[in-house]
Amino acid sequence: MILYILWLRQIKRYLRSKSRMIGSLGQPILFLVALGFGFGPIFEKAGGGNYIQFLAPGIIAMTILFTAIFAGIEVIWDKQFGFLKETLVAPVSRTKIMIGRTLGGATVATIQGVIVFIFTLFIGFRPTSILMSFFALVVMFLIALLFTALGTAIASRLEDMQGFQLIMNFLVMPIFFLSGALFPVDSLPSSFEIIIRIDPLSYGVDALRGVLSNAAHFGLGLDLIVLLSVVVVITIIGAWQFSKIEI
Amino acid sequence: MSENSTTIIEVKNLVRNFKKIEAVRNISFTVNKGESFAFLGPNGAGKTTTIRMLTTLLEPTSGFVSLNGFDVHKNPSDTRRSFGIVFQDPSLDTELTAYENMYIHAVLYGLEKNVYKKRIEELMTMVELWSRKDDLVKNFSGGMKRRLEIARGLLHHPKVLFLDEPTLGLDPQTRNLMWNYIKDLREKEGLTVFFTTHYMEEADKNADRIAIIDHGVIVAQGKSEELKTQTNTKTLEEAFLALTGTDIRESSGSVGVQMMKMWHGRK
Ligand SMILES: Nc1ncnc2c1ncn2[C@@H]1O[C@H](COP(=O)(O)OP(=O)(O)O)[C@@H](O)[C@H]1O
Ligand SMILES: [Mg+2]
Repeated sequence: MILYILWLRQIKRYLRSKSRMIGSLGQPILFLVALGFGFGPIFEKAGGGNYIQFLAPGIIAMTILFTAIFAGIEVIWDKQFGFLKETLVAPVSRTKIMIGRTLGGATVATIQGVIVFIFTLFIGFRPTSILMSFFALVVMFLIALLFTALGTAIASRLEDMQGFQLIMNFLVMPIFFLSGALFPVDSLPSSFEIIIRIDPLSYGVDALRGVLSNAAHFGLGLDLIVLLSVVVVITIIGAWQFSKIEI
Repeated sequence: MSENSTTIIEVKNLVRNFKKIEAVRNISFTVNKGESFAFLGPNGAGKTTTIRMLTTLLEPTSGFVSLNGFDVHKNPSDTRRSFGIVFQDPSLDTELTAYENMYIHAVLYGLEKNVYKKRIEELMTMVELWSRKDDLVKNFSGGMKRRLEIARGLLHHPKVLFLDEPTLGLDPQTRNLMWNYIKDLREKEGLTVFFTTHYMEEADKNADRIAIIDHGVIVAQGKSEELKTQTNTKTLEEAFLALTGTDIRESSGSVGVQMMKMWHGRK
């Protein structure tokens, strides 16, 4: 019940802030259209196949990454604008509070991912099977959990939004650009591939490609194992950081 | 632990330092059941820091605190069920409606549906917000938010209500109204009220007993009349100045003197 109410709070906040909802869809749609149609011909000439087919899972993952990080970072708002105090004096364990929030944020990020997924269908993306598209939901939710928990862990340590730009530029952007969301991993120099293999989002992107385009590079099994393990580790770290908040 | 049956808050030798700042320096006091107790002191005196320690939000550097018979440090969960709080700074979710804020609180405190439904309506009616229950809190005025916070703090039938500078920034009408609700509740539910303020009149009017705190030290405590008699003064303000004046000269802290000057000059 407590998890549910904290989850519900995040969902209600999301549904009520239409501008945030629409604003955070602008970027992925721009990426899809500009990159999809801009690079498409070159990609196909180079023998990569249909670029939209390749790009769509990457952009869905990107949407989830950004929305989830934001949802986690919201802890700073709650610190500054006070609602966090209300939850911290309640007779509820901090771990529960953190998990409830994270589930809520992750659900929001997943919904955004689904909206972008639906948009990709309109510009020519064709998932290989409908059944597997439902499985994609699970993958999206895992990606969402991972990055909401990461955002929460970071936000628990920050006093205000000052460090936010730093996090965007030195953490979130690298996670996105080094995930193979935009380019294929197979033909890269091996030193660069190592970097990509360190980035947890790579496995999220790869898993989505696996279930939606039947084109996993690392293999779906490895993707899921890595994603699940990282989710567990980051959630534990997030809960621990959250429990140390003093306000 | 010398807990007698009339004591509801007991504080012994409480200390809290923030790096070099000694925010609370070895304070001790007790509050009795049903009492209205005021912490009176200028900004930065250590009022909020004390409340944070009484409400499980902050670990003391040393000392002992019990509330409603529970050791606050060892038993935060039962402590939390025993008090309600209105923080100095706003703590509502402004993207939610007034009712939703109340509802979340009810669930967080594990109240039964049939209990909270009635209680929410009762309290929101009391603070005259029932007709606005489905409005988003972001559209509320400062006074309305404060009233909602009071209603929320009372939802789980707390034994003690903490109010940290509850009337800061409110107009006289709202202030008056607010203290009237509190008075009613004390009579009806035997609520103990612990509040902080830097308004002399507010402490004088609404507190059974007052502790005057300055630079993290309680310089005097007692009934308003006692403080006046003790210092041979006519008003609480004069008593306050008489009490803290000598303390400053002894401690010779230059920061302290400056703060006192601001404090004198502010009236
Ligand atoms: N988190 C903190 N870190 C450092 N100093 C703090 C912190 N919280 C309070 N203080 C300091 O402790 C002193 C007492 O503050 P506070 O209890 O908020 O005073 P009051 O509520 O009486 O205005 C002040 O000097 C304040 O700057
Ligand atoms: Mg204060």
